[in-house]
Amino acid sequence: MTTTNLTSFRIERWTTASVVAVCLCVAAIVALAIAPAVLGAGAVDRLTALFIYIVLAAMWNALAGYGGLVSIGQQLFFGLGAYFTIRIANLGVDPFIAMAFGAIVTTVIAYPVGRFMLKLKGGEFAIGMWVLAELAHLLVNLDTLIQGETGTSLISLNAYDIGLRRNLIYWLALATMAGLLSALFFLLRSRTGAAIQAIRDSEEAAASLGVDAIRTKRLIFVIAAGGIAAAGALWLASAISFQPKTYFSVQWTAYMIFMVLVGGIGKFEGAILGAILFFLIETWFAAAGVWYLIGLGAVALIFSLVLPKGLWGYFADRTGLRLLPVGYVVRE
Amino acid sequence: MAETAGPILLEAKGVAKRFGALQVLSGVNFTMSQGEAVGIVGPNGAGKTTFLSVLSGAHAASEGRIAFFGKDITAIPAMQRCHMGLVRTHQVPRPFSGMTVFENVHVAAVHNGGRGREAAYQATLEALDLCGMLAIANRQADTIGLLDRKRLELARALAADPKLLLLDEIGGGLTESEAEELVQTISKLTARGISVIWIEHIVHVLLKIARRLICMDAGRIIADGDPQAVMSHPEVVKAYLGGSPE
Repeated sequence: MTTTNLTSFRIERWTTASVVAVCLCVAAIVALAIAPAVLGAGAVDRLTALFIYIVLAAMWNALAGYGGLVSIGQQLFFGLGAYFTIRIANLGVDPFIAMAFGAIVTTVIAYPVGRFMLKLKGGEFAIGMWVLAELAHLLVNLDTLIQGETGTSLISLNAYDIGLRRNLIYWLALATMAGLLSALFFLLRSRTGAAIQAIRDSEEAAASLGVDAIRTKRLIFVIAAGGIAAAGALWLASAISFQPKTYFSVQWTAYMIFMVLVGGIGKFEGAILGAILFFLIETWFAAAGVWYLIGLGAVALIFSLVLPKGLWGYFADRTGLRLLPVGYVVRE
Repeated sequence: MAETAGPILLEAKGVAKRFGALQVLSGVNFTMSQGEAVGIVGPNGAGKTTFLSVLSGAHAASEGRIAFFGKDITAIPAMQRCHMGLVRTHQVPRPFSGMTVFENVHVAAVHNGGRGREAAYQATLEALDLCGMLAIANRQADTIGLLDRKRLELARALAADPKLLLLDEIGGGLTESEAEELVQTISKLTARGISVIWIEHIVHVLLKIARRLICMDAGRIIADGDPQAVMSHPEVVKAYLGGSPE
């Protein structure tokens, strides 16, 4: 009979490095919040895009990296978030409030979509989501307000002064990113987070150990949809114009996959790092047009072959460093 | 039928399972009392694992009913059966490969028994200790060997606070000494009053724990009772040594 003294063991969740990292994240967010005072209009717009990319990457990582639900149709929620913002703003609602409702309505729709789509497994789910995104794209085209592929604009934003509008959208994107990342971080650290990862690795084993697999999968699906819908509404606000084929393009999910693969799938830090890398590559090389896209594809291919755990995964394995840890470490 | 000692723990009546046209279980009647350790033997394809899966709720019974602690659980999903204390291990270990050994066991500890944070940590550490896995608690589950994966199945099931443990060939593929270690761990569990149903091909290992043996063949229980009597039962001998199965 073993007589190990179990009281000598403790469970570590935070490390010194992670406390420092969280403090630095908070400091960075505060600094970014006051940054528009010193930044030019172009920089504010670019940073807004970065915040949206981080949201997209974190949400796809939550769904696929943690939840194991690989979808190539997340543009469904990106497009619907933008579309419902247009629809609601058209009722005479303030465009910023319309954005919030656009995201909320999409999140509510995501629930029945999830109930249905989560019956599909693996590749069927992945492709099924894409089919659904295409279907939504066609349905949105039928709305006369949108004028088919010609599209329309969030004209009511013109009521705001251009400088104020730019800053408001920037702050809103920053707050959305900070809020969603913190919510996701604490969710993944909770017992639900443990359940999400267990289901990813073996749904049957998780269910046989008392995990409510169906409810948990629906939850992560709806959260990821809501976050991506908010990103779609924010993208609309910063781009003003809405053309269905742009918003419902599979390219958005391709970007999400790129960011998560390069940064490190299933690592909280990985998605953020991947989004920053994608942002930098886009900033420096987007002018190269087709070659930029070919380069993106090549980089994604090289990463999946050579560094399947992504940059952060590789780095964390080598150093044991955990900046935003969601797991548990036993210490004696 | 074997005599039953304590109050009835599990009762399966007329349980059948079909996968399409394939009849895997038919008319299985089985009763066990609290504190019993029952071994299941039978040739490959006899329906042993399917029987366990129907008991644990991984598969729904096509016919018949199952009661646990007197409550009809036939229509209750696996998750809730686990909450009630009916917990299984898998023949082919199914570790949560992206999580550490500790995290694997913690999932079970935190989703059962209504434990708070500290109590769940404690239950996880105890289960790991009992299965001799504390030293590798921080290892990623996809990096551990077969014996450890078998132990992990057991540790997870243990952390789920079982009243009845369903063990599916937990000794399969292990060396004699490895199997002996598992037997010792399992005997500690039965000493704690946990009831066990254990499927195993290695009968002498099984008999170190089981006081009652059932033999299945072609989806039916063909013998049930004292291990020696079951092993020498003519139908059992026939099932193992060949002859027409029907």
